[in-house]
Amino acid sequence: MSDSKRTGGRLELRGIAVSFPRGRDVLPVLDGVDVTVAPGEVVALIGPNGSGKSTLLRVAAGLLPPNAGTVTLDGERITEPTAGVGLVFQEPRLLPWRTVATNVAYPLELAGWPRPRRTARLAELLDLVKLTEWTGARPAQLSGGMRQRVALARALALEPRVLLLDEPFSALDALTRERLNLELLELWHATGTSALVVTHSIPEAILLADRVVVLSSRPGRVVAELPVDVPRPRTLATLDDAVVSPLARAIRERLEDAAA
Amino acid sequence: MTAITTRTSPRQPASATFVPVVAAFVVAVVAWKAIVVIGGYPPFILPAPETVATRLVKGWTDGTILPHFVATATEVALGLAVGAALALVAGYGLARSAFVERVVSPYLVAAQATPILALAPLLALWFGAGLLSKVVICALIVFFPVAVSTMVGVRSVDVGLLELARSLRATRRQILTTLEVPGALPSILGGMRVGVTLAVVGAIVGEWAGAERGLGVLINVARGSLFDIPLMFATLVTIAIFGIALYLVVVLVERRLLGPRQP
Repeated sequence: MSDSKRTGGRLELRGIAVSFPRGRDVLPVLDGVDVTVAPGEVVALIGPNGSGKSTLLRVAAGLLPPNAGTVTLDGERITEPTAGVGLVFQEPRLLPWRTVATNVAYPLELAGWPRPRRTARLAELLDLVKLTEWTGARPAQLSGGMRQRVALARALALEPRVLLLDEPFSALDALTRERLNLELLELWHATGTSALVVTHSIPEAILLADRVVVLSSRPGRVVAELPVDVPRPRTLATLDDAVVSPLARAIRERLEDAAA
Repeated sequence: MTAITTRTSPRQPASATFVPVVAAFVVAVVAWKAIVVIGGYPPFILPAPETVATRLVKGWTDGTILPHFVATATEVALGLAVGAALALVAGYGLARSAFVERVVSPYLVAAQATPILALAPLLALWFGAGLLSKVVICALIVFFPVAVSTMVGVRSVDVGLLELARSLRATRRQILTTLEVPGALPSILGGMRVGVTLAVVGAIVGEWAGAERGLGVLINVARGSLFDIPLMFATLVTIAIFGIALYLVVVLVERRLLGPRQP
């Protein structure tokens, strides 16, 4: 592994406002959201349905220009997609006609990496997500959890400084989800990237994050930021404890207020 | 790991695929013979299968059919190439530009709704009795199915994948080559299956409207001046086999290009 442990980037979202046209009206989705992810930090974004979590992630990825506000990565404005930001969607979004290997290497190919360099990086990535034995398999032959690991490896391909994850494991069964969350923790430990992860699950937020940001329902605003003082490395026991923890109760109360 | 579907493509023995095909062919030929015998039809109405087979072999060996076949095959090949190439471009435009769709699709549909049989004499008048008029007719008849299947195929490309490509800063050209072409390929090849068979129809229709050579001309000659009905049937069989061969070529290309996709 090439990992001279990189430090993650600093992602700053300032005063983000987004509204979508709906008929003659505009539908405000986000209203002045400030979120900062410090280098190496993992921030969980939690909020009721329609609080604009996914929209905020799209803005952070440079896929959607906000109506107001700025996004910066290590001080540089983000107005369009950049290699510094890796994105994992809710669905794996794999190219069904490609193999695991060529799916993972897809960003390298688009970025015009020469083949030898691509092959070397691919080996590292497959090793990182433990898919080395599956290089030649097609997405249809993989389980849901494996597909999402391929997507994760692909998002890490260009060594992003920040990883954005949009409920990455929400479509998976509970056990697979737990296992992948643990793998995610290891992955962050190995790569040191910063991360902003959208989730619906309070225990999951506590397991993964250093800080939990709670968004209100539409239009989304930050209603609370709660630090997670659970020591790392975290385990499944952390997850179990988190379910009934005071922190979980605090997040839940904020969420209920936010949804009201 | 859970739910790993292994490759269970049932590799059947060759006999399992060929036996039913051969059996169906035998049944068809026997039925044909039975109709001739029971109905007591003379050879100038419905020749028996063995008569046609003999005439077919003779027609090919004595060089009666070959020059006509070459003429028709040339028309089909050129018409297919021109028609399919234009259709790919047009289909892409239709899929990706609302403006192109609004402006072009009425003409596309009108051209398709007009029977090619009615257009053929006009096209023969404009482009002459030579190769050009047949290539134009072939191209015209191939155009519609390929353009529509290209449009449908390009539109069917997952928007999630397009967003992924955008997040990876793919260029327009990269999106075309890595997502749109492979994504639309199954649909395009489906259109090509229809297109190749129609191309043969187009060539024959074009030849009927005026030509010196071609399988369509041979049918006319065999029926009219020669009154050699077995030769006419032999020509029909040649046309049918040509159509089947073209279709099989597309199926093989399809298997080659899409085969690995089947899980």
